[in-house]
Amino acid sequence: MGAHGPAKGLTRWLTTTNHKDIGSMYLWFSFAMFLLGGSFAMIIRAELFQPGLQIVEPEFFNQMTTMHGLVMVFGAIMPAFVGLANWMIPMMIGAPDMALPRMNNWSFWILPPTFLLLASTLFMEGGGPNFGWTFYAPLSTTYAPPSVTFFIFAVHAMGISSIMGSINIIATVVNMRAPGMTYMKMPMFVWTWLITAFLLVAVMPVLAGAVTMMLMDIHFGTSFFSAAGGGDPVLFQHVFWFFGHPEVYIIILPAFGVVSEVIPTFSRKPLFGYASMVYATASIAFLSFIVWAHHMYTVGLPIAGELFFMYATMLIAVPTAAKVFNWITTMFKGSITLETPMLFAIAKVFLFTVGGFSGLMLAIAPADFQYHDSYFVVAHFHYTMVAGAIFALSSAVYYWLPKWTGKMYNETMGKVHFWVSFIGFNLTFFPQHFVGLAGMPRRIPDYNLMFADFNMMSSIGAFIYGSSQLLFLFNIVRTITHGKPVNDDKVWDGATTLEWTVPSPAPYHTFSTPPEVK
Amino acid sequence: MANATQRNVIQTTGKLLVLVVAMFAFAMWVMPPLYNALCEVLGINGKTGGRYEVVDSAVDESRTVKVQFVAQNNELMPWEFGPNTSQVEVHPGEPAMVTFYAKNTQSHYMVSQTIPSIVPSRAAEYFHKTECFCFNQQPLDAGKEADMPLRFIVDRDLPKDIHVITLSYTIFDVTEMAAKQDSVAASK
Repeated sequence: MGAHGPAKGLTRWLTTTNHKDIGSMYLWFSFAMFLLGGSFAMIIRAELFQPGLQIVEPEFFNQMTTMHGLVMVFGAIMPAFVGLANWMIPMMIGAPDMALPRMNNWSFWILPPTFLLLASTLFMEGGGPNFGWTFYAPLSTTYAPPSVTFFIFAVHAMGISSIMGSINIIATVVNMRAPGMTYMKMPMFVWTWLITAFLLVAVMPVLAGAVTMMLMDIHFGTSFFSAAGGGDPVLFQHVFWFFGHPEVYIIILPAFGVVSEVIPTFSRKPLFGYASMVYATASIAFLSFIVWAHHMYTVGLPIAGELFFMYATMLIAVPTAAKVFNWITTMFKGSITLETPMLFAIAKVFLFTVGGFSGLMLAIAPADFQYHDSYFVVAHFHYTMVAGAIFALSSAVYYWLPKWTGKMYNETMGKVHFWVSFIGFNLTFFPQHFVGLAGMPRRIPDYNLMFADFNMMSSIGAFIYGSSQLLFLFNIVRTITHGKPVNDDKVWDGATTLEWTVPSPAPYHTFSTPPEVK
Repeated sequence: MANATQRNVIQTTGKLLVLVVAMFAFAMWVMPPLYNALCEVLGINGKTGGRYEVVDSAVDESRTVKVQFVAQNNELMPWEFGPNTSQVEVHPGEPAMVTFYAKNTQSHYMVSQTIPSIVPSRAAEYFHKTECFCFNQQPLDAGKEADMPLRFIVDRDLPKDIHVITLSYTIFDVTEMAAKQDSVAASK
């Protein structure tokens, strides 16, 4: 294959099969969705700034909480990690491209029309999805707005996109590694993505099954989830969370991968306990399949079920703690420098651990009856999803941006972005632990006066966190247009993985001849 | 890409596609029946079984069990619905019969479905129905009323510590669902 550049013009982006082009499109798309889902969150927090109803109708508030969750999970976080996988996995394992480049193009281009369709439901008669991102039946069947059919179609489409993306990643990692790149020499980011991709292939079809059953109940007279016809709404929750719990690890495992690259680089030490990291990731993935009912303690599970799911859930803390200790030990006695990617990575480890602890509290079945569906749950999963996943994504973008563009981002602006995000995030979500424990329920646009102060703090924090992301966007655009070219292809002196051996910016085709890995 | 790699990629993709199809089939056709089967075997859902054929008519006269009946309307179901007898005392093994009253209070034809549930749920597998209005949908024309029969036998193996069984019926409006099923059946 000759060394030729990208095609000219806009059609380049429609027809490209280049993993770097597709990775960039995924990343830009997910950033757009991040801002869209973020603006929904701003509406939620603006309404919750004071008790009482002032800005939006309760019906619209329900659509906002639902769409915020759907867009952030399926539109922002997941495609962002797929984008990173596309850009980095071939370069990290010394492959020329993804194994199935044409399918890669398709799996990306399904997404924009899908999310256009999903967002358009907000303007349809009866409004968009208003049943929460978990779309429990019968809220999403008997009581759903007519637009639910479009929602179902959108979920099918994004599922197909994710499945194709994951098949591609597995096929690439399994078959396209450079000579000498054994499994146990692969960078941690590749390992976490390989395991994530298996989770996706296993559970996205289950999600497709859940929405298909909903579709049948709504339009074809079946009663999977309708008690009147002999079905059971609790079955929906079992099917949903059989998908949903592995899904949260799908979101967090690649984030673990990112910090496992960043922390060694800026500690100038190899990752501590590499093998145990691999096994811990695999154990977390396995355990994720047998803990789903901890989301359903209050549906009336038999006591044996409550106990089983409680202990199985707590067991997950063991491999997760192994990972956290490994990151800390990697930093121990390292020559640490605190550039922006490292700041985000350390904050991710710290704040994710906070989220892990509140997760342990929620795992206790008898205590969960108090916490269930309260703001404590909201605080818990935002500590894992925002601080766990989004902070890792910010870290990844700052870490690899010089490799992608050949230019250095503005370090001061990056640090300001970090500190404003960090303060804004904690101001938003830390008080939610307190209001949750005091009994404030989630997904309701009004609240008791006694929660007013903490909610106002939360809202102010959310506006700070939200606006800090505009600074992030500005820094990225500024780097691309005005950034100072990097002096060294390696950029970070502590970096050791293969992507740092190619020039910066990475040429359109890399590793057309596989590198030799010793 | 070398030919060997290409072949391996196609093989991997094929295997993964099989896994995708299998997991979809698992969610659609295995999970719902498995869930119902598990609930029935473990007796954890308070659901009663279908029609029961009497195998042994011996009656355990040494004890009596109180069977209570409650009824409720699901959400906006407008019918009048309730038991004609609120409770009966039976010996385990002894056949009994009660009736429930239903009236369509609306000015149009409607179809209802009742769904039973038993407390304590442990008793569900010992409560046998030889005939029940809940086995079928109940259509009623506008303003019409009906007494609907329920015949049951409490099993002689009912655990000794259970003295009261409460049978609850919830009545659902399934007019639209029945119409849909008819049209689906007619189009076949």
